[in-house]
Amino acid sequence: MTRTESAAVRPARRIRLPFVVRIEPRLEVPRWLSPVISIGAIVVALLLGALVLALVGGDPVRAYAHIAGAAFGSLGVFSDTLVKATPLIMTGLACSIAFQMKLWNIGAEGQFYMGALGASIVVLAGMVRADTPRAITIAVMLVAGILFGAGWGLVPGWLKARLRVNEIITTLMLNYIAVALVNYFIFGVWSEGGFQMTRTFQRAAWLPRLSDLAEQFPVFRGLTTHFGLVFAVVAAIIVWYILYRSLWGYEIRLIGDNPRAAEYAGIKITRNTVLVMMLSGGIAGLAGMSEIAGVVHRLQASISPGFGFTGIIIAWLAKLNPLIVIPVSILFGGLILAGREIQPAGVPRLIQGIILFMLIASEVLLRYRVRLARRA
Amino acid sequence: MATGTVLLFATIGEIFAERAGVLNLGLEGMMLIGAMSAFSVTVATGNGWLGLIVAMVAASALSLLHGVVTIHFQADQVVSGLALTFLGTGLSLVIGEGLNKAGAISLLPTLSLPVLSAIPILGPILFTKQSVMVYVGYLLVPIAWFYINRTRPGLHLRAVGENPTAADAMGLNVYRLRYSYVMVGGALAGLAGGTISLAISPGWFSELTTGGMGWIAVGLVIFAQWNPWRAAFGGYAFGALRRTILDIQGPQTLLGLRNPFFFNPYFGFFLQMLPYAFTIAVLIIGSREALRKRLGAPAALGLPYVRGERGH
Repeated sequence: MTRTESAAVRPARRIRLPFVVRIEPRLEVPRWLSPVISIGAIVVALLLGALVLALVGGDPVRAYAHIAGAAFGSLGVFSDTLVKATPLIMTGLACSIAFQMKLWNIGAEGQFYMGALGASIVVLAGMVRADTPRAITIAVMLVAGILFGAGWGLVPGWLKARLRVNEIITTLMLNYIAVALVNYFIFGVWSEGGFQMTRTFQRAAWLPRLSDLAEQFPVFRGLTTHFGLVFAVVAAIIVWYILYRSLWGYEIRLIGDNPRAAEYAGIKITRNTVLVMMLSGGIAGLAGMSEIAGVVHRLQASISPGFGFTGIIIAWLAKLNPLIVIPVSILFGGLILAGREIQPAGVPRLIQGIILFMLIASEVLLRYRVRLARRA
Repeated sequence: MATGTVLLFATIGEIFAERAGVLNLGLEGMMLIGAMSAFSVTVATGNGWLGLIVAMVAASALSLLHGVVTIHFQADQVVSGLALTFLGTGLSLVIGEGLNKAGAISLLPTLSLPVLSAIPILGPILFTKQSVMVYVGYLLVPIAWFYINRTRPGLHLRAVGENPTAADAMGLNVYRLRYSYVMVGGALAGLAGGTISLAISPGWFSELTTGGMGWIAVGLVIFAQWNPWRAAFGGYAFGALRRTILDIQGPQTLLGLRNPFFFNPYFGFFLQMLPYAFTIAVLIIGSREALRKRLGAPAALGLPYVRGERGH
């Protein structure tokens, strides 16, 4: 154990082989290296996932072929993949912006549920009348979703900023509370005929789908991709602009890199903690709103197969870059879509865990280089 | 007492890991692996003790992964802990597929202590017809406290977590010690999981088996200020809270009034929130106190140690 243990740590440790394995710190990191290592890590993770599947008696080749076919095989399923990617882009963005400040918002799941609840209240509590035009209905739902999500982010943000309460635990606990709250509403208040769901929203509260345009463009017939994707992409561009082109984004990144330097520079960490948590929660809330207005058209139990948690992995895989979040989300959207049919049910979660592990483990290769040299 | 015992095991395990400077957020995943493997081994062999041992070994093997990634590869401990949670949850669901139909098994025995159970008030609560694991919990608290605060290895443990550079200069193997305590933490989390599936709510269902208790334990560590006695207090308080939540929904009248939780079962969802809301409250209390007394986490918590580099 001692040997392997110190190998990565002690430079140029010699092992009895005809050549020498040197592990030395990198002085500079080439630009191409980071994406190559990330992709390599995913490939290794998928291979490991296959190994685990084979060990528990599954058929990994068929499972992966099934995932690929069921996610990207035709225009129709690709459209479904995009539907799954839509909330993932937004939760991935929510995590990215918080993680840039080293704020560990693990609560995107709860903020997602609260956003869905906020949008539902608008419709079900009659805040907009049933004959209100679609654009206005959706705009009100949008605002409500963002506000509810932001409110759910405000609580841990304020606790962190004012009382230094660990935000990882508070955001997580708020996840459980949000799910219980939504359950109270769908079981107790808005239950439709004893089922665990509310009534279907009026048509004016549905986000337009591609298939709505099938009259003009027959290609779009049956495609489920909805307008939420536009919200997601616009949100990605806005977050990218905030992070990399605005003073505020510079402050956020500086706090994440070196909070002490940021403090000396006069940046208000307290205020930024609250604001970033609210922005992060708001984006996750938007995801919840888009999901119920675009896909299920009602509030029901288990609207999220862990979108908030997958957002964490997506953010990390995209190196917290909002624009890279989009393609990564599409990939994971495919995994979730195909994963629904795979038994046993834990497989997608297992593969996600392995991917995240490989990803962070591979980052050591960015800091150290491994070289083989002939023994002198 | 039983739920409190589960939290106690997990919390004390995490205290060991964090005292050595390694934050392991993967408790939930390790507990699930523990619960699943304890149950499946017990179903297969009929021996609950063997199940517990396998649970501890499996969970500590999983924690070893966290150790390699964070100690060795200096990866971010927060992200690695999350990865461990995903991995543990997924793995236990995959391997545990179909176990929920396995049926009843012989559980760990319950027993009453002859003399102690005769103590008025305390006796019936603490020492009568409790699962064996509850008594193990009683013993673990003073042992853990004594080990950390009054023994030489305990001193080394704290040194590694407070100032690894100095500990290294003292001749301690920082890496080996951190690995060991991460695995101790994993083993105790496995024990916690095994206690759930073999003693508290017997069986294996899904990720609902732990229901976020791993995360509550992570919160309790902060409340406990890395002290086993306070961990015991927090753990048992939570156990009592859960019991109360179950009891409160039963009777038709409560304090002479109509029981709202009996007549409107949907209010139960608000009761379900209580443990989680209570965790947040406990954290607020804990951090206020810590700010006032200037108490804090182990100084090197969350920081990787790189030999030969200047300390932080």
